Amino acid sequence: MRPAFLEVQSVSKAYGANGSRTEVLRDINLSIEEGEFVAIVGYSGAGKTTLMSILAGLLQPDAGEVKLEGQPVRSPGPDRGLVFQNYSLLPWLNVFENVKLAVDEVFPAKSEAERVAHTEEFVEMVNLTAAHDKKPSELSGGMRQRVSVARTLAMHPKILLCDEPLSALDALTRANLQDEIARLSATHKQTVVLITNDPDEAILLADRVIPLTAGPNATLGPSFRVDIARPRDRRALNHDPQFKQIRREVIEFLLRSRKHRQASVTRKLVLPEIEPEDLSVHRPKIGARRRPIRRSEVQREEIQIDP
Amino acid sequence: MKDSKFKKLDWLILPILGVGAVLILWQVVSASVSKELPNPGKTWAASKAYVVEPFAKRGEMDQGILRFTWYSLVLVAKGYALALLIGTPLGFCLGLSKTFAKTFDPIIQILRPVSPLAWLPLGLVLFLGAGKQASELGALFTIAVCAMWPTVLNTAVGVRAVPQDYLNVARVLKLSRTKTLFKVLIPATLPYMFTGFRLSLGIAWLVIVAAEMLTGRPGVGGFLWQEYNALVYEHIILCIITIGIVGFVLDRLMSVIERRFKTA
Ligand SMILES: Nc1ncnc2c1ncn2[C@@H]1O[C@H](COP(=O)(O)OP(=O)(O)OP(=O)(O)O)[C@@H](O)[C@H]1O
Ligand SMILES: [Mg+2]
Repeated sequence: MRPAFLEVQSVSKAYGANGSRTEVLRDINLSIEEGEFVAIVGYSGAGKTTLMSILAGLLQPDAGEVKLEGQPVRSPGPDRGLVFQNYSLLPWLNVFENVKLAVDEVFPAKSEAERVAHTEEFVEMVNLTAAHDKKPSELSGGMRQRVSVARTLAMHPKILLCDEPLSALDALTRANLQDEIARLSATHKQTVVLITNDPDEAILLADRVIPLTAGPNATLGPSFRVDIARPRDRRALNHDPQFKQIRREVIEFLLRSRKHRQASVTRKLVLPEIEPEDLSVHRPKIGARRRPIRRSEVQREEIQIDP
Repeated sequence: MKDSKFKKLDWLILPILGVGAVLILWQVVSASVSKELPNPGKTWAASKAYVVEPFAKRGEMDQGILRFTWYSLVLVAKGYALALLIGTPLGFCLGLSKTFAKTFDPIIQILRPVSPLAWLPLGLVLFLGAGKQASELGALFTIAVCAMWPTVLNTAVGVRAVPQDYLNVARVLKLSRTKTLFKVLIPATLPYMFTGFRLSLGIAWLVIVAAEMLTGRPGVGGFLWQEYNALVYEHIILCIITIGIVGFVLDRLMSVIERRFKTA
């Protein structure tokens, strides 16, 4: 069988010294085809950034292996373009220079004029020509993220790794950038791994959605293939039965993975034999005799169920 | 109304009041406690020639106060440049290598508190073979060795504080070691380095006076010491005020530069 484009084989990773060692990732397996858009959805702190750093080669797994086109990944390199969760722009360089730094490194054979043109092309692609000479501190979060995306795409990576690129943004900017990412990945037939904490975003953008269970010992769940035709319209999507079903299944899987964790730490709790006072009910006049209500005396219980 | 008008002039009135209070105290002390201490009026009368013609040159040790200051500043500039040239790379080594830091940290901690007055004789001994140049080289050595520590330590702290994210960018781009140094580490450390540079300049200026006093070189410090020996106490005070003002101006200048790098 032909090996997949990106192959992750039983990768595990733990942090900390021997004594207080916590296993973050356990037995991660993943294979991604060329041109595929895969989204990984997981809880905050589950180990998403850790997984991404391993794919990028910034971290070495304790066990297992990552292979890109059959070659084991041992160190970071520009063929795996990483869009960092916190943008990681260099604050002393302006927009153009931040992108240019990457271009200069990746295309040393090109002439200076070609590299400038190449940089301009990508700055324009993310609609930042107007902010060309601005420093990152003068940009909004969304603009910074776009610079970060431009810097990464300008390297012509074989695979684009996005670590929660949109999580820190407001809903409107987020929707805008989602559309831009969809457009960019479609026009470049780019292989993408997108990490997100938003199932809707994952389904909107990806060909395949994979949940990451809650940590510690997080691992990948089953793949959910998204066959919704592109370009996808976010408003129409909300009524798409496939969207609704995948969304429900992914969320259910994530919730179950968390319940499983919670169950393992449940302890027997002893509650006091007293009910909290319900201030919404009629209160007797001041001075009237009142006494605390015992839990065992409560006869009627109201349960609210969200529709 | 009156109150707010007064508030607006705070910045001017209050410092004037402060200076006035010190002048009065000075006058009182010179009139009561120490009869040898010249009072403000006498000090001005004796210093007038040096202040009004600040660049006059009447003899080797009889020159306008700004001319003396200029000699001192030139010497400080040389010693300070030496301190930065040695201190910055040393700071980078300390910040980059744990082994290097562990090896040299104890020595640095011991050498750092040593007074310039202790270093100077050693500097003179060191350059004994240099003949006429010995006093200048000794002074430079002392300035450099005393002034470099803030640069060394701040640079080291700054290098260690470079966010991992920036280094990750360098790793993903596969920047070479030299490029990582010049494109990432140095720019990221600059704000810390400039804080060190400013503190170092302050120390260099402190040391120059001691160095000139002991070597008898022309300059504010040398002039001060000569006039002490010549019993012209008014000029001691003139020198002290000059040294203070110059030090203040240098610090202001450096903090303006420092702030430019902070925002970047
Ligand atoms: N360098 C480190 N040393 C020790 N523990 C770490 C380190 N980096 C991460 N961890 C731990 O590993 C776990 C996973 O961290 P990670 O950053 O991968 O989570 P994440 O899924 O990216 O979270 P978020 O959604 O908040 O970005 C966390 O519990 C964190 O405390
Ligand atoms: Mg993360």
